[in-house]
Amino acid sequence: MRFLLDDEQRDFARSLDGMLTAADTPAAARAWAAGEHAPGLALRQRLGAAGVFALAAPEAYEGVGPLPVETAVAFVELGRHAVPGPLVETVATVALLSRLAELGTAEPAKRSLPALVGGGASASLTLPGTGPYALDADASAVLLAAGDGEIRLAPGHAEPRVSLDPARRLARLLPGGEVLAAGEAAADAAGRALDWAALATAAQCLGVGYALLDRTVAYVRGRTQFGVPVGSFQAVKHRLADVLVGLEFARPLVFGAAVSLRDGDRAAARVDLAAAKVATGEAAYGAARAALQLHGALGYTAEYDLSLWLLKARALRGAWGGVGWWRERVVTGG
Amino acid sequence: MDLGFSAAQEEFRQRARTWLAAHVPSRPLPSLETEEGFAAHRAWEGELAADRWSVVSWPEEYGGRGVGIVEWLVFEEEYYAAGAPGRVSQNGISLLAPTLFDFGTPEQRARVLPPMARGEVIWAQAWSEPEAGSDLASLRSTARRVSGGWVLNGQKTWSSRAAFADRAFGMFRSDADADRPHRGLTYLMFPLDAPGVTVRPIGRVDGKPAFAELFLDDVFVPDEDVIGEPGQGWRIAMATTGEERGLTLRSPGRFLATADRLLREWRAHGDPADTALRDRVADAVVGARAYQLFTWANASRFRAGEQIGAGSSLNKVFWSEYDIRVHEAALDLLGAEGELRPSAPGPSTPAPGSPAPASPPPASSAPAPPTSSTSPTDWAEGYVFALAGPIYAGTNEIQRDIIAERLLGLPKGRR
Ligand SMILES: Cc1cc2nc3c(=O)[nH]c(=O)nc-3n(C[C@H](O)[C@H](O)[C@H](O)COP(=O)(O)OP(=O)(O)OC[C@H]3O[C@@H](n4cnc5c(N)ncnc54)[C@H](O)[C@@H]3O)c2cc1C
Repeated sequence: MRFLLDDEQRDFARSLDGMLTAADTPAAARAWAAGEHAPGLALRQRLGAAGVFALAAPEAYEGVGPLPVETAVAFVELGRHAVPGPLVETVATVALLSRLAELGTAEPAKRSLPALVGGGASASLTLPGTGPYALDADASAVLLAAGDGEIRLAPGHAEPRVSLDPARRLARLLPGGEVLAAGEAAADAAGRALDWAALATAAQCLGVGYALLDRTVAYVRGRTQFGVPVGSFQAVKHRLADVLVGLEFARPLVFGAAVSLRDGDRAAARVDLAAAKVATGEAAYGAARAALQLHGALGYTAEYDLSLWLLKARALRGAWGGVGWWRERVVTGG
Repeated sequence: MDLGFSAAQEEFRQRARTWLAAHVPSRPLPSLETEEGFAAHRAWEGELAADRWSVVSWPEEYGGRGVGIVEWLVFEEEYYAAGAPGRVSQNGISLLAPTLFDFGTPEQRARVLPPMARGEVIWAQAWSEPEAGSDLASLRSTARRVSGGWVLNGQKTWSSRAAFADRAFGMFRSDADADRPHRGLTYLMFPLDAPGVTVRPIGRVDGKPAFAELFLDDVFVPDEDVIGEPGQGWRIAMATTGEERGLTLRSPGRFLATADRLLREWRAHGDPADTALRDRVADAVVGARAYQLFTWANASRFRAGEQIGAGSSLNKVFWSEYDIRVHEAALDLLGAEGELRPSAPGPSTPAPGSPAPASPPPASSAPAPPTSSTSPTDWAEGYVFALAGPIYAGTNEIQRDIIAERLLGLPKGRR
């Protein structure tokens, strides 16, 4: 038992962090929100080159995975930097197509995985029970709809709608299209996609939460009122202490879920993933509420970058099944 | 990252489980906070010690098994999953003993630790005073130098289990002229039946004498009962508070077992339409697992030679609030039955239909179901106990200050 990231995993996080810090991700997120996809797609390309999407795919399809722990490491960084785009969705699709291939239907994986794994294309999807909208379908080459006992390649999408988080654009997928799998295989592959979506979303929430906390700590140290930094007031300190407690106890759930998933303990992983999704959703949202409050009026402005994480925390809390839906899975054992 | 246990660790788990299955009393002992219950728990400590299960992580020469922190965590999981009694020796084992390992003399260790491990000497912590709670460094009880030792005077309060305990450890002001309040304190041990000591039990909110006030009137303590150097009491004691807030006071095993019990109650008696309560049950399971994994990460850090330091304040805030929430959920789930208090000392009646989980408890690597039956009144007793968590071991307000200043780097403010 050694429940710590190893040096290689830490280095991976550090290198992504360095790359994303240099890439001005807030500008890419703002452009994405304005419908200007080019900077976001360039980022996606670089993330592909860094191996982020290869982590969910087996070697047979140019992947290096499945590596859930490393995927969690990567998505914490993506959340921390508010990288826009259907990143969770791409990873979930990679996991789904890889699983279908394992179950005997290899053609869709052969067709789509190279571009998805390399970062040249994105995918988006809808899964049973988790809501009707696919994220950023207009920027995705592969659209999958799972439900009604089958998985199909959607022929397109309806007009995208803007989310609470302006950098997320949601669309319903059109009916029809090629059926890739049905029956048990479809349910199994969709279940696998949900596992990876939950893992990546939970990790992303954690990154969003830490970003909000870090920015708020920096702000309250610098902002003075009554002649002292506002961060010296106990009401402010205690609120931020609670944010840290929330995040620090959500974090091990994310990595615990990743380890269970990696080790093939499906039953344990299901409960751990549900726990991680609930805890990170709440912790990141708590961080967002505290961040808004403690930034004063500045936190409520669109031009200040804080809003990028603030609204994402709320949107991710409900994405891929809300906290109640996942809590139900905790008590029923996944 | 690895959540698996070695073959040797699994074997250790199995041995602990087997022993516990054969020895854990089939009916809950009477409350620890009563005279009869105290005696029963003391006898249980002796039974644990006879087979070297009372202090597994201590060196063998003091009655332990010399196992590492991971094995200790494993043992705690098995212990609570087996429904074993609360630990009456806890103050000594988790607070005084680590201090003696770090700061005591070999003579003190040899004299104090084995009887502690056997439950023959039960220790109380005498830190707080009527005027010195959160501001502990302001304490006023004194230790005056005399030939061959020290003479204590003053008053201590809120001393857990002191109503029935044998000895106490605490800090006393030995140098009134020291330049800062936390300098000039001396840490020492004294018997509660020594001439000059008066113990006045205090009833906690449910009336049970869970703590006591101590009046000290010219109590002589020999030099060999001073811990570390005279005047260094604060530094030594602060090393102990880390233990108290950190993982040794409240191991995850305890909360995993509690969450498993709650989940089983929910599956047996819960109203599926009550999603609000279902969510709280889910949060209990999530919280116990989070605490377990958080602790495993800390244990891994320990073993890698790191210190958790102020990180123990995260722990304290988390478990103390968690403990209340999980008991609140249970009482709400039990409804009218949840209001019942344990009756006079004696075994309580089992809850209707509480044994036999419908399916294996998830989110726990300690699948052994409790061997002893639980009853609604256990939840009530647990609730009353949990209520004090945010107050003792340094209040959660003080812990949040530590988190904010030492972990987040926020500026110190006016206290
Ligand atoms: C069940 C139980 C068992 C205990 N066992 C022991 C024991 O075995 N040995 C022992 O020595 N003591 C023990 N204590 C005492 C415990 O350590 C103290 O109660 C605790 O340190 C708080 O001190 P106080 O009660 O004097 O409260 P006070 O310090 O008077 O505090 C009152 C309130 O004010 C808040 N407050 C105080 N200062 C600040 C500040 N700077 N910022 C913000 N808020 C502040 C506190 O958080 C608290 O909410 C026990 C207490 C309980 C309830």
